[in-house]
Amino acid sequence: MLLEQNHITKEGEFVINMGPQHPATHGVLHLKVWLDGETIKKVEPHLGYIHRSIEKMCERLSYRQFIFTTSRMDYLSAHINNQACALVVEKALQLEVPPRAKAIRIIMAELTRLASHQLWWACMGLDLGAVTPFFYAFREREAINEIWEETCGARLTQNYIVPGGVMMDTHPNFRKRVKDVMKQIKDKAHEYEELLTGNVIFQERLKGVGYLSREDAISYGCTGPTARASGINSDIRKLFPYDGYEQIKFDEVLNSGGDCWARYLVRIEEMKQSVSIIEQLIDIIPEGDFQVKTKNVIKLPKGDFYQRVETARGELGVYIVSDGAASPYRCKFRSPNLSNLSAIPKIAEGAKIGDLVAIMATVDLVIPDIDR
Amino acid sequence: MKLTGYYFTHLKEIVTEEYPENRSTLKMMDRFRGEVLIQHDEKNEHRCTGCQACEIACPNGTIKIITKQEIQADGKKKKRLEAFVYHLDMCTLCNLCIVSCPSDAIVMGQNFEHSVYDKKQLKKILNNPGSKLMEGVEE
Repeated sequence: MLLEQNHITKEGEFVINMGPQHPATHGVLHLKVWLDGETIKKVEPHLGYIHRSIEKMCERLSYRQFIFTTSRMDYLSAHINNQACALVVEKALQLEVPPRAKAIRIIMAELTRLASHQLWWACMGLDLGAVTPFFYAFREREAINEIWEETCGARLTQNYIVPGGVMMDTHPNFRKRVKDVMKQIKDKAHEYEELLTGNVIFQERLKGVGYLSREDAISYGCTGPTARASGINSDIRKLFPYDGYEQIKFDEVLNSGGDCWARYLVRIEEMKQSVSIIEQLIDIIPEGDFQVKTKNVIKLPKGDFYQRVETARGELGVYIVSDGAASPYRCKFRSPNLSNLSAIPKIAEGAKIGDLVAIMATVDLVIPDIDR
Repeated sequence: MKLTGYYFTHLKEIVTEEYPENRSTLKMMDRFRGEVLIQHDEKNEHRCTGCQACEIACPNGTIKIITKQEIQADGKKKKRLEAFVYHLDMCTLCNLCIVSCPSDAIVMGQNFEHSVYDKKQLKKILNNPGSKLMEGVEE
């Protein structure tokens, strides 16, 4: 059966390998592409190049320790991954997190979303042949990284959100620095518009390319901006609020276009929403404890627990089965990127090989999250 | 082009970072996690009691505490730190050891340039030779 599929029948048909070291796949994703001339007949993702067995590792680590491994899954949403793990432990222990910790968590999560989308915007330009936007986006991202460096002590794999709250209180400069960065992002927003959004060549590369219908997005289990660009209400922050998102005013960004351009616009608009969420909270961070006291050895009660959060790429679910011991019996992550990747063969069918790069860029995959 | 022209003529608005040229003036944030260190005071005394809380808290087996029995002035035997072995090559700088330390003996250092030619150089003994426990920490 497999041989029959691989068989090339006509003249002009061939198979190429995109990746695992292709710059447009942002990591070690390997796409096997069947082509008829320049038209894509079929795409088959091959995985496993960066498998680190994180789920199995978690079974040997305690409930405090297993959080740091999740920073290394979707490294661009490290805070949000940590938050998901902390939330599932708190759910099992029925811990009430102090309001200060909740506010800090939301600010950190939205900063993560901003930084992640900025990196996506930078790489998107790079993939489609524009080198300059990369440096401008990284300027803002660097400013956000500095906030984390000052408060959390690390720039990428922070391990800052722990069961019961956050690891340390915010740095005295935190508020000022966040405000400066928000101002900087708002001031520089017109550059983003000028460089890519208003660029006619860029628009032509995206408009009408890589169409994903609403039905397909649902059946492939797409979440996050990819699904919202096909018109699906999939924002977990709205549907299943956690950590006090229910008290914050923000819009779920929707677009019914379904093509690469729609996915681009959704992410750009989400950045503005994130800025608005941070600005709502930064002046009213409640005083008080940043962490509730937990036992030295955390043991979850018997049972299974599930918690979902909205990362920069979609819905991350953490499922823990506990047998009452100090480490999980089974730990399963539902990663947004794997589902989004599964839609790529459908999106890319019939597109041109050059468009595959645009499709990959707008779906915004992080490969270590797919393989774990 | 307009934007590129603007930045070309406004050199003060630097977009990129200048590492490693700025190495002499580069100051890391005070919470920056670069490596684990044991603090010693001017009398070569540290606060580590050898309780192994950090060793238990570490997810990667980075820390190994070796203790010895030391005869005190009053003739009693007590557990004391002999060597705090730290494998920087395995460390993910997750800060769990620092948080778990009951006597605030260990801190995070700001050094981040850890490249060496031999992996063995990354295995470090953190307590200074001849150092001993600070008085009053154990109570």
